[in-house]
Amino acid sequence: MGQLSPTTRSSLLSELRGMLGPDNVLSERSDLLLYEFDGSVVKGQPEIVAFPRSAAEVSKVVKLANKFQVPIVGRGAGTGLSGGALARSGGLMIVFARMNRILEIDLENRRAVVQPGVVNLDITKAVEQAGFYYAPDPSSQKSCTIGGNVSENSGGPHTLAYGITTNHVTALELVLPDGEIVRIGCKQGDPPGYDLCGLFVGSEGTLALVTEITVKLSRKAEAVKTLLAIYETVEDASQTVVDITARGITPAACEMIDGWTLVAIEDYIHAGFPRDSGAILLLEVEGLRESVAEQVSAIEEVCHLHHAREVRIAKDECERELLWKGRKNAFGAMGRLAPANYVLDGVIPRSKLPSALRKIQEVGQKHGLGIGNIFHAGDGNLHPLVLYDPRKPHDFETAIKAAEEIIRYCVELGGTLTGEHGVGMEKSELMPLLFTDADFDLMRRIHDAFNPDSSLNPGKVFPISKGCGEIRTRQKPQPGVHP
Amino acid sequence: MIATTVLAPRLEGLLGSANVISAPEELQRYAVDEMIPSAIAKPSSAAEVAEVIRFAIAEKLCVIPTGGRTKLGIGRPPDRYDIAIDMTGFNELAHYDPGDLTLSADAGMTVRALQEAVAAKGQFLPLALPFFAETTIGGSVASGIDSVYRRLLGNARDFLIGAEFVDGKGANCKSGGRVVKNVTGYDLHKLLIGSLGTLAVVTRLNFRTYTWPESSASQVASFSSLENALAFRDALETSGLPFFNLEVLSPGLASAFAERLRAKNTTPPSVFDANGWVVYAAWAGNSSVVRRIQTDLEVCTQKSTPPSVETLSGNLNTDVHVLFREAFPLLRAPSRDAVVLRFVHPRLSPENLHDLCKIAAKESLTAHVLLRPVGVSYFALVAGSGEGNANGGLARAANAAISRLTKNGATHSVLHASTPLKASIPLWGPQGPDFALMQRLKRAFDPSNTFAPGRLAEGL
Repeated sequence: MGQLSPTTRSSLLSELRGMLGPDNVLSERSDLLLYEFDGSVVKGQPEIVAFPRSAAEVSKVVKLANKFQVPIVGRGAGTGLSGGALARSGGLMIVFARMNRILEIDLENRRAVVQPGVVNLDITKAVEQAGFYYAPDPSSQKSCTIGGNVSENSGGPHTLAYGITTNHVTALELVLPDGEIVRIGCKQGDPPGYDLCGLFVGSEGTLALVTEITVKLSRKAEAVKTLLAIYETVEDASQTVVDITARGITPAACEMIDGWTLVAIEDYIHAGFPRDSGAILLLEVEGLRESVAEQVSAIEEVCHLHHAREVRIAKDECERELLWKGRKNAFGAMGRLAPANYVLDGVIPRSKLPSALRKIQEVGQKHGLGIGNIFHAGDGNLHPLVLYDPRKPHDFETAIKAAEEIIRYCVELGGTLTGEHGVGMEKSELMPLLFTDADFDLMRRIHDAFNPDSSLNPGKVFPISKGCGEIRTRQKPQPGVHP
Repeated sequence: MIATTVLAPRLEGLLGSANVISAPEELQRYAVDEMIPSAIAKPSSAAEVAEVIRFAIAEKLCVIPTGGRTKLGIGRPPDRYDIAIDMTGFNELAHYDPGDLTLSADAGMTVRALQEAVAAKGQFLPLALPFFAETTIGGSVASGIDSVYRRLLGNARDFLIGAEFVDGKGANCKSGGRVVKNVTGYDLHKLLIGSLGTLAVVTRLNFRTYTWPESSASQVASFSSLENALAFRDALETSGLPFFNLEVLSPGLASAFAERLRAKNTTPPSVFDANGWVVYAAWAGNSSVVRRIQTDLEVCTQKSTPPSVETLSGNLNTDVHVLFREAFPLLRAPSRDAVVLRFVHPRLSPENLHDLCKIAAKESLTAHVLLRPVGVSYFALVAGSGEGNANGGLARAANAAISRLTKNGATHSVLHASTPLKASIPLWGPQGPDFALMQRLKRAFDPSNTFAPGRLAEGL
């Protein structure tokens, strides 16, 4: 903190206030505290926060920051889980909260055009009466913004069947690091040339700021059924997932929660989860009535084959919503088990699920840490929650070590570091587990083609440690301070 | 830069003499828009591909990777073309985990061979592509050509989960991985789709696979007016029924489809000979789902009262599916003098399509229209045989068609045109500011401009 000289800070603030109005600029330390966190275990405080209301204003702010050589980071609602929207190098944070309008709804072509500060769920609310919805549904969908979803390429439980954010974005308006405003893609999608949207979605704010997004609208399914399968052991639940996948049954969602974690969730949400099970699967199937009936029957058969104690089908929309409320608020319930937790996001081939869950248990025992499991089992996207107490000496460091062991194992199984949360500053040092120097060299060339001075979101995605520190930054990145 | 006479021997030094071809008649087979390479390299590993690329960079040579060479006509003539890298010898299924529904295959594997390998496990890839038997997965992805499963399962960007490739520094690189959900690092593999080999040489592709449905069926219905055909198509679009394919074809194209079936000793559906606009709907699933769709479709069809309708099952269903899959070569086959345009557009009105047909008629050309799902249309302009030099009319009509639809928000690309014609048709729409971003990408991937320079567009 405090990397800007007092003179630079004062001049920049003065110009920003003149440009955006004093109500759209924050600089008091007490105000900035709010912006130094996201949902991850790292933090980084900006020195100034600006709230532009249009792409033109964003462009002006970017040009102004360039004039003062100040690094910039974009931010939506700050619900991210990888430190992607934290100011690792201090500088200026551009918050898109006031660019929150739905600009166009085109049901004929099944598209919506929105500003980046629109909350994910608000798109669905705007079109659900007409029978449509926006498919990617991160657990934070009631508060996270589409701009943040685009930057991190967010997922969610139902991306098992419908894909992640990149599969639902057809066009973007960008503000490049030099302030130029550019449109890429087209409303219908699939324009000639390189798939620029495919690159920029998920680039974690390191290539451009996103100021407008065209998303696909999906038609709501005719029938939906939600099943709760209850098991005595995690092993049986995970074998069920392996078998469902191998049989080619494609539920819209397939979530797993272990029994230990369930108790905390049930105490918090009262969703109707059992308090005495080893694990549950929360499954949802969607489609034509006939298809749903057949899939429910096939899933029930597989669940019972793997010793499910009970398979309960939500009897109405109220019960279904309650079960999902339990799942989507589960991370919040972990506060009942420990003062802090570190959420991982590794992905493994689904056929390796039982092995990965055994490993997670071993790692927890080895380090004397509780590890909860609340995750997207259907696509092998693990979310082990490593619990720790930051007040205890070395507890955080132990949690980080345990997390790294789990991630290394995911990679050994043929998996990856992150399935939906992004690399950000939290996982950047683990990137060499997957990528070679040649891979980094190419990614760095792509980075530099758009963000040559690393003025935009410096210190993210790429490791800054030995051998990989060539990503230049205007000001040397400071490691995140752990809580 | 080395003389072409010593190019082959130098390549032989890298790959062995059996893997380098320089016989003129062979070189001709690798022509791209009448440009002929000086040598053909046939590497058998990703390391060998990288060696060839490093050699080309050092010698300032330009390369074009090739697979089945079925779609080399897409794109504009390259600025230079020295070495063809034939990837067909690089064709193993490197990894397949049926239980995870993921695989990793060498770029030179044919789509058919890959589909056969996964079909043995009751699975398929949504790559139902033209030139099915010969086209390679690398070439298919690089061409960006449409699959007929696109309406339900998307295009390659929706199921390509990773790639390995050699970049423009001659390094073996990768992007993505072999898991179905992955946001680690930049999604560079998406950039390879439709890049026409201008960014990298793809050596391996990772896909997610899908389970074969129990059964499938389709229906063709003929309408005397375009308006009624589109209204019926729209009714099916809004029905919520999960058709995997839903297309509309013009009367002349329907006749061409019928002829193609007869040439294979198959009796075509009478609908194709009814001289009307044909709406084709195809669906698949478990038997109860197939029955349900058929029942609902019958209700929709009765409301629209097409003069001619037929439900297809068994071999005829498969044969017609293949016709739609192979629509692109069929569109360009009737005459050497033809232009095939591909548009991506918001919903088209009947007036838009009538305008296209009028544009063709004005130049005495035959127009074939194929409205594919998700806003993609193919528009073929065909000169009659024995009309002499038809290029002037074809160019005028193609330009007019492009102008007409781009006013409505469409983008276009040229799937087929003769090399001389390509000089007078914009192969790319008006270049916006995003084009400069693509040029930055090209320079980042390929700093020495080694890969098919200019083939995707001038400057790419």
